[in-house]
Amino acid sequence: MTLSSPSTPFLKPATRRLALAAAATAACMAGAAAHADTGKLLLTGGVSTVEGAAGGGLTPWAVIAGPGTSDQIGATAHASRAVTRDYALTAAGVAVGIKDRYELSLATQDFNTGITGALLGAPGLHLKQDIIGAKWRIAGDAILDSDSLMPQIAVGVQHKMLHSSALDGTLNALGAKRSGTDVYVSATKLFLAQGILVNGTLRATKANQNGLLGFGATLGGADNRYKLQPEFSVAYLLRKDVAVGVEYRSMSNRLQTAGKAAGLGDGLRADDWKDIFVAWTPSKNLSLTLAYVDLGRIVPATTAGRRQTGVYLSAQAAF
Amino acid sequence: MKKIFACTSLCLLTLTSSLALAQSPASAYPVAPAAGLYQAFGEQAGLRTLMDDFVARLAADPRIGVQFKDTNRANLASQLTNQVCQLAGGPCVYKGPNMKDAHATMGLTASHFNALVEVLQQSMDARGIPFTRQNQMLALLAPMHRDVIAKP
Repeated sequence: MTLSSPSTPFLKPATRRLALAAAATAACMAGAAAHADTGKLLLTGGVSTVEGAAGGGLTPWAVIAGPGTSDQIGATAHASRAVTRDYALTAAGVAVGIKDRYELSLATQDFNTGITGALLGAPGLHLKQDIIGAKWRIAGDAILDSDSLMPQIAVGVQHKMLHSSALDGTLNALGAKRSGTDVYVSATKLFLAQGILVNGTLRATKANQNGLLGFGATLGGADNRYKLQPEFSVAYLLRKDVAVGVEYRSMSNRLQTAGKAAGLGDGLRADDWKDIFVAWTPSKNLSLTLAYVDLGRIVPATTAGRRQTGVYLSAQAAF
Repeated sequence: MKKIFACTSLCLLTLTSSLALAQSPASAYPVAPAAGLYQAFGEQAGLRTLMDDFVARLAADPRIGVQFKDTNRANLASQLTNQVCQLAGGPCVYKGPNMKDAHATMGLTASHFNALVEVLQQSMDARGIPFTRQNQMLALLAPMHRDVIAKP
C-alpha cells in the first residue's frame, strides 16, 4: 500500500481542491518549522485515525498529530484501507499539529457498499464522507509526566459531511441527516516504566456507523439526540519503534429502531468496532499500521448478519 | 446478585481509597525504582561506562552537541553516574546542582529534551540494556522535563 496523492480519484473536485490546499499548507508549514531529527519521540504522536485525527486507527487520542514539539509545527498525511467480508473503506487525510497544542485535520472516506448497494438497486454504490477536525490539548503530558497519574487531556470536534448518493432517499425515509458534528474528550497516558499506553475517549455523536449511514434517525420514534459513546485503546511498546494494541469503539445503534419501523427487523443493527493492531515506525517520517478489525454487523439485512471482520492497513508520512 | 454488587462496590471503594492514600503526597508514581534496576545497569561501574558513552555521544550530537562544547565531560559523566545510581536505587548520593539551577539559563526546548532522551536510548542500546529496563530508567528521568525545559 502506498500513500495516495491528494488528487485521489474518489475525491470530488471541491474536496480535491480543499485537500490540495490543506496538503500544500501542511507541507509549507512543516518545511518552515520542523527539522528532520528533532521533535517527538518515536510513536508518541500516535498514528492517523480513519477520521483524520491523531490517535489509534479507530479512535482519537489526546496526542497532537505530527512530530512537532511545543516549539514546532508538524504535519502528517495518511492513507488507510480496511477490507471486511462484505465492504471496503478507504480513507485519506492530512493533519497539522501546531506547537503540540492544536491539531487541524481533514479526511475523506470512501465506503464501498458491495452487496448491500447491489441489493438496494444501486450496484457499485460508494458512500463518501469528508471530515474536518480540530483538537486542543488542554492539560498534561502523556509521555514525560511519568511520576504522576495525570493523563494528557484533549478536546476535539469533527464535522462530517456525507456526499449525496443513491442512499439519500433511504436516509430521508429513516430520518437521518447527511451531516453531523461529533464532540469528544480524550485522555491518554503512557505508563512509561511499564511501556503501556492507555487512552479513553468519550464522544458525543449522532453518527450512524461513523456517519457513513447518516446522522441520527427519527423513524419509529428512534432516539435522535446526541449519545455519549466511550472508546478505549491500550497499546504495549515492544520496542521503541513497534507497538501492539487493541481498540474498542462503541457505536450507537439507533438505526435498529428506525429499521424495525421500516419493516427491516434488526436489519440495520450496528455493533461496536474493535481491532487488534501492530504499529511500526521505521523512521520519524513514516509509520505503518496493520490491524485485524471487527466492525460487527453493518446492515445485516443484506449481509446475512455476517460480522464485518477483516484487515486494516494504514501508512502515515510525517513532516 | 445485590450482595455481590454491594461487595464489589465496597471492594472498589476500599481499593480506591487505598490508592488515594498511596498517592499522597502528590506525584508519588512511580513510588520507587523497579526492582533490580540498578543491577540491570551493571551497578556503579556499568553506569559509569554508560554515562561516559552518553556524554561522548551528547557532545557529538548535531542537535544538542553545542550545549556541551565547554563541558568537562569526565565531571559530567561522574555527576550523571551518581544521580542515576541514586535514582535507580543504588548506594550513591548525588551532590551536584539541582536540575532547575543547572539548566536555568540554557533556554532548552522540548525538542532538546527529546533529543537527549534519544541519545540516552542509543547509549543504552549500545550497552545492551533491555528495552523494558530502559523504559524503567526513563520513567525516573522523564519528570525532569519540568525543570529542564524553559517555560515560554
